Amino acid sequence: METQIEIFETPLNTQSCIEWIMSPASGGIDVFIGTVRNATKGKMVLKLEFEAYKPMAISEMSKITQQAFEKWPVQKILIHHRTGTLQVGEIPVIIAVSAAHRDAAFDACRYVIDTLKQTVPIWKKEFFEDGKVWVAAHP
Amino acid sequence: MELNILAFGIAKDIFGAPSVIVNLDEGADTATLKTLLETQYPRLKQLASYMVAVNNEYAQDENSISERDEVAIIPPVSGG
Repeated sequence: METQIEIFETPLNTQSCIEWIMSPASGGIDVFIGTVRNATKGKMVLKLEFEAYKPMAISEMSKITQQAFEKWPVQKILIHHRTGTLQVGEIPVIIAVSAAHRDAAFDACRYVIDTLKQTVPIWKKEFFEDGKVWVAAHP
Repeated sequence: MELNILAFGIAKDIFGAPSVIVNLDEGADTATLKTLLETQYPRLKQLASYMVAVNNEYAQDENSISERDEVAIIPPVSGG
């Protein structure tokens, strides 16, 4: 039950995540890669800025991985998250999960990204041609 | 006690600074802190929600706060 949880200010490296998550005991790995989309509700997005409350974000991500280990027979979980300014197509988040069998890897990977979006203190600001907005801040 | 409150995301914009200092009675609870902040910064009340974190853990309204705690305002998160 190994984890690798990190927040980077530099571009994330998908290949190094896959290399870390693979192991001879695994029968499947599941990798989720979040990417910056070029539009929100039909409005063109120019770029995103991510900010993290780093020590608490690491702590909350660690809790999520522990919950996933309790819920599914998975072997390793990796969470890498970016901060700073990201352009369209760049990668803010990578989740990778390995397990003996694919069902657990798929389910745990989905749980990790879904829960991360609900509880981990990281914020994104969207920049449009006519302004900027902190995502989800207002009802 | 003088308490340094860290702010992130839109809370930083509302405070106009990455942290602010407030005066509270020692051992005051999280609900009292929120009421005080909402009086000084009414835009907090327009947020979809917000939480207080004490020493890197989400705090409940009845949790008390002491001077040495690290306290942060957590507006709605949007990572991933």
